[in-house]
Amino acid sequence: MNTATTGLQSARIGTGLLDSTRPVSFQFNGRSYTGLQGDTLASALLANEQRLVGRSFKYHRPRGIFSAGSEEPNALVELGSGAYREPNTRATVTELFEGLEARSQNHRGPLSFDVMAINDHLSSFLSAGFYYKTFMWPKAFWEKVYEPVIRAAAGLGSLSMQEDPDTYDKGFLHADLLIVGAGPSGLAAALTAGRAGLRVIIADDDFLAGGRLNAEQMEVDGMPSAQWAARSHAELCSMPNVRCLLRTSVYGAFDHGIYGALQRCTDHLPDKSSEKPRQILWRIYARQTLLGAGATERSIAFANNDRPGIMLAGAVRTYMNRFGVAPGKEVVVFTNNDDGWRTAADLTRAGVSLAAIIDTRTTSAPMKLPGVRIVMGGQVITTRGRLGLRSVTLHDGQTLPCDCLAVAGGWSPNVHLTCHQRGRPVWRQGIAAFVPGAELPQGMRVIGAANGSLGLSSALTEGHRTAVRIIEASGIGKNTSSSPVAEQESTRITAFWHVSASRGRAWIDLQNDVTTKDIALSFKEGFRSVEHLKRYTTLGMATDQGKTSNVLGLAVMPQLSGKTIQDTGTTIFRPPYTPIPIAALAGRSRGKHFRPVRHTPSHQWAQDNGGDFVETGMWLRAQWYTREGETHWRQSVDREVLQTRRAVGICDVTTLGKIDIQGKDAAAFLDRVYANTFSTLAVGKVRYGLMLREDGFVMDDGTTARLGDTHFLMTTTTANAVSVFRHLEFCRQCLWPEMDVHLISATEQWAQYAIAGPQARALLEGVVDAPFDISNETFPFMACAELTVFNGTPARLFRISFSGELAYELAVPTRYGHSLMEALMQHGKQFDVVAYGTEALGVMRIEKGHAAGNELNGQTTAANLGLGRMVSTKKDCIGAVLSKRPAMNTENAIQLVGFMPEDSAQSLRAGAHFLSEDAEETTANDQGWMTSVAWSPVLNSSIGLGFITNGSNRQGERIKAYDPVRGESYPVRIVSPHFVDPDGERLRG
Amino acid sequence: MLIDHPLLGLRDASEFVYLGDASLMNRPDATAADASQQFHDYLHLRDNPAGLHRELWYHEQGDRSWLIVTRDTLTHEISHVELARDVSLAHRATDQEGGA
Repeated sequence: MNTATTGLQSARIGTGLLDSTRPVSFQFNGRSYTGLQGDTLASALLANEQRLVGRSFKYHRPRGIFSAGSEEPNALVELGSGAYREPNTRATVTELFEGLEARSQNHRGPLSFDVMAINDHLSSFLSAGFYYKTFMWPKAFWEKVYEPVIRAAAGLGSLSMQEDPDTYDKGFLHADLLIVGAGPSGLAAALTAGRAGLRVIIADDDFLAGGRLNAEQMEVDGMPSAQWAARSHAELCSMPNVRCLLRTSVYGAFDHGIYGALQRCTDHLPDKSSEKPRQILWRIYARQTLLGAGATERSIAFANNDRPGIMLAGAVRTYMNRFGVAPGKEVVVFTNNDDGWRTAADLTRAGVSLAAIIDTRTTSAPMKLPGVRIVMGGQVITTRGRLGLRSVTLHDGQTLPCDCLAVAGGWSPNVHLTCHQRGRPVWRQGIAAFVPGAELPQGMRVIGAANGSLGLSSALTEGHRTAVRIIEASGIGKNTSSSPVAEQESTRITAFWHVSASRGRAWIDLQNDVTTKDIALSFKEGFRSVEHLKRYTTLGMATDQGKTSNVLGLAVMPQLSGKTIQDTGTTIFRPPYTPIPIAALAGRSRGKHFRPVRHTPSHQWAQDNGGDFVETGMWLRAQWYTREGETHWRQSVDREVLQTRRAVGICDVTTLGKIDIQGKDAAAFLDRVYANTFSTLAVGKVRYGLMLREDGFVMDDGTTARLGDTHFLMTTTTANAVSVFRHLEFCRQCLWPEMDVHLISATEQWAQYAIAGPQARALLEGVVDAPFDISNETFPFMACAELTVFNGTPARLFRISFSGELAYELAVPTRYGHSLMEALMQHGKQFDVVAYGTEALGVMRIEKGHAAGNELNGQTTAANLGLGRMVSTKKDCIGAVLSKRPAMNTENAIQLVGFMPEDSAQSLRAGAHFLSEDAEETTANDQGWMTSVAWSPVLNSSIGLGFITNGSNRQGERIKAYDPVRGESYPVRIVSPHFVDPDGERLRG
Repeated sequence: MLIDHPLLGLRDASEFVYLGDASLMNRPDATAADASQQFHDYLHLRDNPAGLHRELWYHEQGDRSWLIVTRDTLTHEISHVELARDVSLAHRATDQEGGA
C-alpha cells in the first residue's frame, strides 16, 4: 500500500531544476500529496513513492510511470472534476499546480485491487485479433451485449458528458524559420538564426526549454547544460525577432511549409476561470523549418517487463537530474548500449544504490563503475512483484532484489514530422534506428538526435551549422555566432530486441497490451504487412501512437519473417504527433459561432413585432409574426395569407441574391447564361429568367431588371446567391473573356420588400415621391424604375409578383431598410396592411403554382417544370445543347402539376409518391412525388405541388398518394398547379 | 496549401474554391454537327492524372479571380499559377491567328 504521507516526498534526493521554496499540494485518487514548483504530476508522484498509477488497457495489469515525456504509454490519468474533467492525460507532461486533482483510470474498485484484473488470467482468450474471433455469434449480441461490455472493460478513461466550459482560440504565425524542439540542436540553431536577424519561431512541448540538456549532468560552453539552456532561452526571449513557444506541440507538417501547433495556455494555472483561452491552435507558415524533435528511448522485450518500477533508463536520468527524485532505492540497469551506462553513472554519483548493470553485449565494459556489479553478455529473463517491482531474474537464474529497473534499448529519432507528407524513414544500422529519409516536407531540414546525431556535441554543431546555411541562403543577415562546445558522449549500441529465453508474456506495446506472442500469432495467421500487423494487434495505436513500441514491434517481426527491418518498414506516420483536443480544432466555431448569422436590416423590427425566425442559408428570416391570442403557427400564417389576398401584405425579401451586371455586352452575356432571351428586354422592364446547368438541368431562377441599356440587376434564390455568382464569374472570365461585362454582388447593398395585395398600389401611391407615376398604364406588370420614396430616399421599384397578387418589390439602400419597414407599416394602416413571413409567402406561391427550392432540386428540367418553351431554340446558352437530349424530352416525362385530396379532411404530405389507384405499391409502379404542400386558407383545403408522369395531360384524374415513411395512403386528384387566379388577372390589375 | 496568386501573391488555399480540370474552359461549339457528343465529353470525361494537373480555383474569399493552378497531385507542389482570363484570351488570339 501507499506509504506516502502529506509533505513527505521521501524519494526526493535533491532539488534538480525545481523551486524548493514553493511547495505545491495536489491530490491523487482523493489523497493529498505535496510536490514542488517545476514538477510534473509524474515526478511528484515518484517523489512520494506512488509507483502504481494505473491499470493497463486490456489485461488490467498494474502499471507505473515508464517515461518522462509525451511518449508515456502507462501513466494516463483523469484530471479535474465536473465539466472540467479530462481523461487520458499523460502524467509525465502534466505540469503540477496548486490544487491539481488527478485520478487513475481503467479499474473497478481501488487501484491496488482491480476486479477486472481477472482479464490477466484470461489472456490466452484475449490475444491478437480477439475482437474479430470472439463474440461473433449470435450476431445480434454484438451491438447489445458484447460491445458495451468490452468497451466498459477495455476503456481509456471517461468523458464528463458536459459541455466544455473552456474557450479555445486559433491563430496564424509567419516565420523565416520554424524550429521544432528547443533541445540542444534547436537552441543552437535558434541562437544562430536569431542573432542574424531572421524571424524565428522556436516551439517545444515542454514547459522548460532545453530538452535533454535539463536531464543530464553534462556541460555546454563550460557551464552545466541546464544552465546553458536557461541562458540561451533567456537570450532568445529578449530578441524581438524570435518568438519562443513553450508548452507548444508542433503536431503536423502540412503542404507548402504549413505546420499545425497546439499551445497549452492555462492548463498549468490553478485558476481555471481565466478569460484567456485554454489552448491555441496555431497555423504556422514557415519558409524554412528545422526539425529538432529529439529521440525517444525504447524498451527491450522480456517476460513481465511491464511492472511498476520498470522505466526507461533515460527517464530515470531525467527524474534524478531534473526533478531530484530517485525512482527507486535499489536499481538495476539493463542495457544494450553505452547510453545506459550513463544512467548507471548518474545513479552512482547521486548516491542511489545500484545493484547491477546488465549489458547484453559481450564486449568489455565501456566505463568504470567502482563498486557496481557489472554483467556483460547478460539478460533479464523475467521480473517479480505484482504491484511494484521486487526482483529481476537473470539468464543464469540469479535473482537480484530491486525496486527499479532502468531499461536502455536504444534511441529512436523522432522522425514523425518528416513523414507527414510522403517521406519514409530509412534504417541506419550504426545506431539501430530509423532516421529521416531523403524526401522531406517542403523547406524542412532535420538536426540533432531527430536526424540520428545522438551525441550532444554533434547535435549542437549540427543545429548551428544548418542555421548558418539557412542564413546564407536567406540573404537576410550575417552569421555572427560560433557553435556551442560540449563533449561528445559515447552512444555505441549493438541491436538487441527480445530476450528469447524468456517464458511468459513480454510486452512490446504497454498501452495496448501487445506482447511478442501477439506479434508471433498475427504473423502465423498471415498478417505480415506492418500495416496489417498494426490493425490486427493494435500495436502502436491510441494516445502514444507507439512512440516507445513501434520500432521494437518492427524489430520482432523480421525475426519471424527473415526479412530485414528496412524491408519490413514502418507504418505511415500521420498527424497529429500528440493528441489534439477536438475542442482546439473547433476553436471559436462552436454553438452559435459555428457559422455567422446574417440579419436583414429590418430584423429588429421583425423581432419587435412577433417574428418567429427560421434559418435559411445563414439568414434569419421571419416565418410568421405571432399576434396576441394566436396559439398555433397556422393561425398566424392563415391570417397573413388572407389579409394579404384581401388587403395588402409586406414581406422582407432582402435575402434574395442580387447581382449588378454592367457593360456593353451585358445583354448578350445574359442571353448566354439564361435559357431565355434578355437582349430583347426593354429598359424599365423586368423578365423572369431560367438558368440551366451545362448538363441541361435547371440551376436557378429569378427576375432580372433592365435599369439601363448596359445595366441589369439580376436576382437569384436566397440559397444559390453565392453559387450563381461564382458560376457567372466563371462564364465571364473563363468562357467569354472578350465580353465587356462586369459583375458585383449587391445582395447586402439593398433592403428589399414585397408589397402584395389588392391595396398594394394604393399604399405605394402615398409612398412614391412625385412626379413618379405608378398607375397601371405607366407602370404595368413587369415594369421597373429607379425613383425616390418618402421625400427623397433613393429606391428601386419592381412590379413583380410571387404571390399572384397585384404586387411590387421596393428596394432601398440597406441603411434605410429598418425605417422603410416602419414607415410602410405606419402608412399602410389605412389599407389594413399586414406583415407576412416566409410561411405565408410559401403558401401563396404554392397557391399560385410557382416553383421554388423543392421543385428546383437539381434533378428537374425546364420541361418538367412546364417551362420548356422558355429554352430558346434561336441561341446557344449554358445548358442549351444537353437540355435537348432525347432522354430528357420523352413523351411521358414528369411534369409539375397540382394535387388536392379527395377527402377534404386529409392533409397532404410532401414526399408522398404517386401511383395508379389500383396499382401495387412498388417502385416499378412509381409515377412521381409530391414536392410542396400547404394548407390553403383560400380554398379551405390542403393543396400540393408535385411531379407526375405526363401530368399536364392528366388533369382531373384520381390517383393514389402513397407515403411509406409515414404509413399513409390516400386518394388525390390531379389539378392545375395554379390554384388561385389561374389567368393572372390580379397581378395585371 | 498556399497558392501564389499572380496579382496578390501567396494566399492560403482556404480562401479558394476548387472546381476541377482546366479543360472546363474549352466549351465546345454549340453549332457543331456532333455538339451533343462534344458537350457530353466536355462535361463528363476528364483525366485524373497522378502527377501534373492543370485545375481551376476560384478566389472566392478574395478578388474573385478564376485561376489555373498547375499542381502535382502526388506531392501537392504547385509549379505555375495563371489568371484563367489571360489564358482564355491568349487561347482565342491563337485560334484567330490560326483561322486567318
